[in-house]
Amino acid sequence: MLLRAYLLREYGGLLENRSFGGVQVSRTFYARGQTGQQLLIGAYQSLSRQISLGTVTMYNRHEMLDLVIVEGKARGIIARNLITGELQRYAGHAVVLATGGYGNVFYLSTNAMMCNVTAAWKSVKKGALMANPCFTQIHPTCIPVSGEYQSKLTLMSESLRNDGRVWVPKKKEDAEAIQKGKLKGVDLKEDDRDYFLERRYPAFGNLVPRDVASRAAKTECDKGHGVSPTGLAVYLDFSAAIERYGKIEANKQGLLEQTHDQIVEMGEKVISDKYGNLFEMYEKITGENPYQLPMKIYPAVHYTMGGIWVDYNLETNVPGLFALGECNFSDHGANRLGASALMQGLADGYFVIPYTIGTFLANEISTPKIKIDSPEFIEAENETKALIDRLLSINGNQSVESFHRRLGKIMWEYCGMARNESGLRKGRQQIRELREEYYKDVFVPGSNEEYNTELEKAIRVADLLEHGELMMLDALNRNESCGGHFREESATPEGEAMRKDDEFTYVAAWAWDINNPKLYKEPLTFENVELKTRSYK
Amino acid sequence: MDMNLNIKVWRQKNNKSTGGFETYPVLANEHMSFLEMLDVLNEDLVGLKKEPIAFEHDCREGICGTCSLVINGQPHGPNSGTTTCQLHMRFFKDGDTIVVEPYRAKAFPVLKDLVVDRSSFDRIIQAGGYISVNTGQAPDGNCIPIGKDLAGKSFESAACIGCGACVAACPNGSAMLFTSAKITHLGLLPQGEVEADRRTQSMVAQMDKEGFGMCSNIGACEAQCPKEIKLDNIAYMNRSYFKAVFSGE
Repeated sequence: MLLRAYLLREYGGLLENRSFGGVQVSRTFYARGQTGQQLLIGAYQSLSRQISLGTVTMYNRHEMLDLVIVEGKARGIIARNLITGELQRYAGHAVVLATGGYGNVFYLSTNAMMCNVTAAWKSVKKGALMANPCFTQIHPTCIPVSGEYQSKLTLMSESLRNDGRVWVPKKKEDAEAIQKGKLKGVDLKEDDRDYFLERRYPAFGNLVPRDVASRAAKTECDKGHGVSPTGLAVYLDFSAAIERYGKIEANKQGLLEQTHDQIVEMGEKVISDKYGNLFEMYEKITGENPYQLPMKIYPAVHYTMGGIWVDYNLETNVPGLFALGECNFSDHGANRLGASALMQGLADGYFVIPYTIGTFLANEISTPKIKIDSPEFIEAENETKALIDRLLSINGNQSVESFHRRLGKIMWEYCGMARNESGLRKGRQQIRELREEYYKDVFVPGSNEEYNTELEKAIRVADLLEHGELMMLDALNRNESCGGHFREESATPEGEAMRKDDEFTYVAAWAWDINNPKLYKEPLTFENVELKTRSYK
Repeated sequence: MDMNLNIKVWRQKNNKSTGGFETYPVLANEHMSFLEMLDVLNEDLVGLKKEPIAFEHDCREGICGTCSLVINGQPHGPNSGTTTCQLHMRFFKDGDTIVVEPYRAKAFPVLKDLVVDRSSFDRIIQAGGYISVNTGQAPDGNCIPIGKDLAGKSFESAACIGCGACVAACPNGSAMLFTSAKITHLGLLPQGEVEADRRTQSMVAQMDKEGFGMCSNIGACEAQCPKEIKLDNIAYMNRSYFKAVFSGE
């Protein structure tokens, strides 16, 4: 697509493919463990070219803090210059948001630290609808939490499940011995291991979709079979793959008498060519060598399928406001599959919006340049200034970070991998209380007129504290299990997710109100395909 | 294991004020990342109603190039092939005093404490670090086959995350490793080869204009690069530059 991003090639010069979770064929282009990074570099270079041509003006280190609506149409934003603190007004005929997902509402996630809901949430507060906010993806292959100070979770690429086998000890006493450090996983005999994904889902095995793998890992850990000191980890083991590849290599090289060490050495080389950078990353973080000891992994929040409601043109219900990429709700339903977030980011930006925004702009052809001194702009700027002043003047005793961490714990506990009615009610109540406490006791040092990272965070956490509540409410409303959303009340006798298509085949789009958010239902109609439940058995 | 550390860190209010070192004690633990140790220190400072230390970070998994920091004199700290965010405290000892500074280079002015302005890198890319075709038309990626070995070579250079450690490591404050990695990444592939001459000259001119120094083959950039970008890239860039100059383009 002329993005000129680097992707891996076969010997014949064509693009190489690999398999991903939830699919049984190799159909994903990739660039070792850095596909997203390479696509990003390609997009950044293309953007840089447009900047040099003067078609794009770039405002680095600026954060959108409000949306401005003039006569019912999105006409601009209020942004804060993060270096000087100056509030600035920007106007245009339309506003396009590409502001990412809200996984950091859980405090710990695989998202980058700057990811936040603020731009999207301010738009929701100005009338845009937030759709399916409870649909969050929990990724199974992350490095487990090591302590209270943990700031983020590192994802080990899903590609590892191509060759790694997921297991826990069959016997609870073995798991307990491992948790106490009295026994090592590698010493357990094959018969004492439970390869639970292969056992439960023989057709897809270790490559079941992320939500299924995550829930299965949680189930094993909840039963007491986890393998880290906290009991919240399962093994991802490469020894079988190392042996298999080693034998193939040894045969290739015509070694007739192969010692076990030789085979292992050759197998490790093959694994290193495939996943070397990921293995190194794992060792850097944990201090353990994953060639010798099986990796320990646990699920973590990775992606948010929910987001601002948009139509097929990516326009929100607010005319002139468009939302692209993870910040909208559109492409992934209740469960995103591997590599499709990259696809959506590129497709929305390169193939959809250039053709659909014209439909809106065509009707604006005689609208003069939007002025930034209208009452709407002044009011939006004043509201933003009032919020900043309020946060700075509370002068309480608790840090922004501590509130964010507490919010994350509530979300993970009651709106994480498994949810139920009483938990969600409790979670919603706790968030409301936390929010009240926030505005009484948060401490934000410094002033607005400077580079102030604490103030930046304080504004973002204020929005997460509202958005989190809406997620609880949406999860409460959707009394079925669907994709990444698992309601304990709605499961098959074997504990698999059970949808209720007759009741919930709709998009839940919410209009925010601090006391009483309103739900709009957009029915899902299937014209060319039949609605079915996919089986991974 | 818990560790008692002293962090001697550069504090500077903004780009107009002069800065200086301050030393703070912090209780860390060996499993923390370096940035998590700074988070803990900042929590302590906020608890004392003091301003936390400003530092840049984002992905915290070694791919965005946002984190910087010169730790005990080395950009991204003591480990090779590691960004600051991937550095863990188990590589330090209980009782250590750790010196933390911002990147120091003329073309990277300090904005606050440990935060520097690296927009000069953006301007080098804007000078030609791209393919001059609008994205969006969709010929198949398989239209132009590229041999695995050549693609692999380009990939080694494409791994650059633009963090600027090479500049901070270089006594001349040179951006040759960064610029050459971009030139090599694009120049080796058939799509980028056609405008290689123009690209190289334009990016080199921008690099000089930004105030980066010259290369005197010291190699500190390669030694400190968290993505292990090789010095060969600079040789490739020089060859490309001379070719462009002498071919009269």
